[in-house]
Amino acid sequence: MNAITKDRSDTLAPFGSRLDGVTDPVRKAAIGALHRSGLPDRRVEEWRYTSLRFLTETPLAAPVEVYDAGQVQAQLETLGLTTGPLADVPRVVFVNGRYAAPFSVLPSEVDVSFFAKTQTFGTLSCPDRDPLTALNTVLAGDGAQLHVPAGKDGGHVLLVSLGQTDAPVSFHPRHAVVLDEGAKFTLISIQAGQGRYLHNPVLEISVAAQANLKHVTLQAEGEAAACLATTYAQVAEHGTYDSFVLGLGGALSRQEIHARLAAPFATVHVNGAQMLAGKQIGDVTSVISHAAPDCTSRQTVRNVLDGHARGVFQGKVFVDRVAQKTDGYQMNQALLLSENAEIDAKPELEIYADDVKCSHGATVGALDDDQLFYLRSRGVPNAEARQILIHAFMDEALGLIEDEMARTLCIRMLARSFPVAGESA
Amino acid sequence: MTQFLDISGLCARIDADGQEKEILKGVDLSIPPGEVHAIMGPNGSGKSTLSYALAGREDYEVTAGSITFQGKNLLEMEPEERAAAGLFLAFQSPIELPGVNNANFLRTAVNAVRRARGQDELDAVTFLKTARAAAKELAMAPDMLKRNVNVGFSGGEKKRNEVLQMTLLQPSFAILDETDSGLDVDALRIVAEGVNRLRSPGFSALVITHHQRLLDYLVPDRIHVMANGRIIHSGGPELAQQIDREGYTRFLAEAEAA
Repeated sequence: MNAITKDRSDTLAPFGSRLDGVTDPVRKAAIGALHRSGLPDRRVEEWRYTSLRFLTETPLAAPVEVYDAGQVQAQLETLGLTTGPLADVPRVVFVNGRYAAPFSVLPSEVDVSFFAKTQTFGTLSCPDRDPLTALNTVLAGDGAQLHVPAGKDGGHVLLVSLGQTDAPVSFHPRHAVVLDEGAKFTLISIQAGQGRYLHNPVLEISVAAQANLKHVTLQAEGEAAACLATTYAQVAEHGTYDSFVLGLGGALSRQEIHARLAAPFATVHVNGAQMLAGKQIGDVTSVISHAAPDCTSRQTVRNVLDGHARGVFQGKVFVDRVAQKTDGYQMNQALLLSENAEIDAKPELEIYADDVKCSHGATVGALDDDQLFYLRSRGVPNAEARQILIHAFMDEALGLIEDEMARTLCIRMLARSFPVAGESA
Repeated sequence: MTQFLDISGLCARIDADGQEKEILKGVDLSIPPGEVHAIMGPNGSGKSTLSYALAGREDYEVTAGSITFQGKNLLEMEPEERAAAGLFLAFQSPIELPGVNNANFLRTAVNAVRRARGQDELDAVTFLKTARAAAKELAMAPDMLKRNVNVGFSGGEKKRNEVLQMTLLQPSFAILDETDSGLDVDALRIVAEGVNRLRSPGFSALVITHHQRLLDYLVPDRIHVMANGRIIHSGGPELAQQIDREGYTRFLAEAEAA
């Protein structure tokens, strides 16, 4: 009767025989789930606003393992990771989902291991529920596993994933970050590339008591690429997970995050911003679960959409019956620069505790005529006036990035992908 | 004709909630160089519409008449071109720009205007020095340059910020649209002094006000009474006291009879 309950393995055709011959029990369970769900279509509530149809049209091969070192170097330079303060930051670089040792500089204060060797899946992800995670679980080949021991400051680490391909491929890195009690760490994830590919990473994050993780993700994927990333974060007592996602690239991107406040006085920030143009689709989906009392969550996501771009925001805040004194705040704001741009915002509060403070809101608007006229009446040309107002809108979001190095990187990358003012094709 | 600012037969309308409304119905007004003129008149007479039409706001549609400013057809110019040409409007309700730093805003504006006038741009240090000195003369708190444009400013602070912008942009013609509203006596004096400092043979102003009080500090060369979208009476500075005593009734009746 309902297509969702049927076997939908036909939607997995692009992956062909890559899904066959799985023996690992975790992967076997995942492939069972994947055959039932298939790649979700828009009849699935969680995917109502973001269609994966264009993925199902082309076969996606496994990437070849050789890469062009010159191109990788050029990509790193373009991202600004080889000069200035970022040049000295330890980095774990992946090319087409495989660890690229020649471009990596491993950190001294953080234990690094690789999924390709350990083949260990974490316990936080939900392949049964999340089809893209099931896909990752079946096809994961490599990934970074970063561990900051108790009381240690892991400093900054760049987790760089580059796509580099001529033929359409997909890669499915499996990353994990573990902070032991009282540890501190700043992780800057960079997703970028050239060519037509699907980047489908899963990242599991565990923040122990009193530990503090700052995590900034810069999504600057190639213009023909799709990035479907899922992050699972769990935060213990008095722990903090402070995250920010800046979405700039890709034809299609979805940053899905499941954050669980598992013990009292945990704090989670799931902030973000995206600036899209052309026919780009950018989806920020989050589920913030308050599973313990006295926790705090904050979420501000800002979107600037030009051309025919479409932004999607699905933000759910779930407050368990036991999570009294929850303090939650959620806001989604969109600035539409063109009549053809669109934002679909679905904020959701699901609250089972009776003593909580939760607010949420969403705004959509164009540039303010009064503000534009004010600037122009002071001699500022129209194009420059528009830029100033767009910058002001985004700067307020980027100001939420506490780490200065990450913030500077985001501001620079944002400025580079700025729409040509006055043009809204 | 004064060869400086000449407004002739100006008609303008606005689009209010889908309904077009005629506001200016034939304004004739000339301001010679170096003079300060005041416009007084009842609410809704078209004073602010005139100021927006002069500054070039797009939703104020000029349907007839002309404005010539220093020999140029003002109506053909974009708002930013009018500013570069030397026109400045001090807003009745200054606009807040969240996320835009006041000092950056002022410097961007000053340098845009300097560029358009063929002058060298000011570097950050020179600009800040000039801006701080000008702000001090207006008795503005030093942190007002660091804050976002007009965000969280009191009514008086916003008006001073307008006069600060005017001082830095060095216009040859300024329109002050009810710059005195919401100011206490001290602030009024400071703002008036700020305008008076600019007075010179190369600077003219049009002061829109409801109150004689401002005109005590900022003595105009001419006062015009505006009603129903027209200038219905003009006179010398003594007109302010007369209006203060008698209101507009007599001028309105005379205009009716004419």
